[in-house]
Amino acid sequence: MSTAIEDKVEAASKASPYITVTFRVRRFNPEVSAEATWQDFEVEIDPKERVLDGLHKIKWDLDGSLTFRRSCAHGICGSDAMRINGRNRLACKTLIKDINPEKPITVEPIKGLTVLKDLVVDMEPFFQAYRDVMPFLITKGNEPTRERLQSAEDRERFDDTTKCILCAACTSSCPVFWNDGQYFGPAAIVNAHRFIFDSRDEAGEQRLEILNDKDGVWRCRTTFNCTDACPRGIEVTKAIQEVKRALITRRF
Amino acid sequence: MSAETTPATADDVSLYDVDNPAPVIEAPRKRTKKTPKSTRTNFELYGWLFMRLSGIVLVVLVLGHLLIQLVLDGGVTKIGFAFVAGRWASPFWQAWDLIMLWLAMLHGANGLRTVINDYAERANTRFWLKMLLYTATVFTVLLGTLVIFTFDPNIR
Repeated sequence: MSTAIEDKVEAASKASPYITVTFRVRRFNPEVSAEATWQDFEVEIDPKERVLDGLHKIKWDLDGSLTFRRSCAHGICGSDAMRINGRNRLACKTLIKDINPEKPITVEPIKGLTVLKDLVVDMEPFFQAYRDVMPFLITKGNEPTRERLQSAEDRERFDDTTKCILCAACTSSCPVFWNDGQYFGPAAIVNAHRFIFDSRDEAGEQRLEILNDKDGVWRCRTTFNCTDACPRGIEVTKAIQEVKRALITRRF
Repeated sequence: MSAETTPATADDVSLYDVDNPAPVIEAPRKRTKKTPKSTRTNFELYGWLFMRLSGIVLVVLVLGHLLIQLVLDGGVTKIGFAFVAGRWASPFWQAWDLIMLWLAMLHGANGLRTVINDYAERANTRFWLKMLLYTATVFTVLLGTLVIFTFDPNIR
């Protein structure tokens, strides 16, 4: 690299890293109005920061009434899934520079769940579907006196679906779920997959039976919205199809 | 959560306040604790499989049908009562048309059923749309079958 370019880059970075970004946030406050409205906030921010940092600046400096969920702020807890520029992402894993800060950045609550205030949605139907697939180890017989061992290959079989953080980005990106909340949704199926294909678990048959029902895996239209939305890079649609295949091979 | 919306009669700036919040917009058909009423049937599995298998067969049947009717032997101009009568004299073409009728109608009906399930939100709309669909399907299938089996080439 020539020194001239390096000098230029250095000069630019020394000047000021901050740019002005417009955040267009979907606001809803049932104590004020029944309507949700867009509100623009201008924020001075380093483009290397994240959308969550922008929301923090708004909440701390501009408008304390802005409401959103976040806990760890580092992409592990899955609290801050939201619809940023029309796509479901984690606000804490989305860098400003990656989503074209020249245009206003739209921030909305995730779809298909009841909005309670601003970006906070009622997650109860989502967790109900999660509970309904029994996401815990079920075994028969006496408890062993030591760990339940498993070979590396057996662990590899369901490795992808262990990464789920239950942020609901996949389920709330699913067009079937938008219109029919009775559908289990990708996240519940991913977490069922994690136990169905676990060699130590013995209730795979029961979980398959649950997902075989009319609101189970057969409602998946393979639009791949869930795979695109997953902030952990889980191949969600593939997991759903593997459950379908398990159901078919079990029957025939 | 369950807010009784009694709009203040006074023309206030805002109709809603802390004690009287606006009703939230509920998601359609949301899942509750009472949702899982397992039917324990394989209907959806068979429906899904049927769509794949009938689709493969229909590609052959429908493309073959279109080829014969519209392309080969002078194309669409040859089609008339005599042409149909001649074809249905053979049990092979009777069977072809019968299988095509049944598979296409059931394939289409099941496809529309999933479309209704995906798009109709209210229980009543779902029910009546599906009833309409099933009635139309049964009527068309029965009428078509009747015609294929009772076709009389000497009808005046």
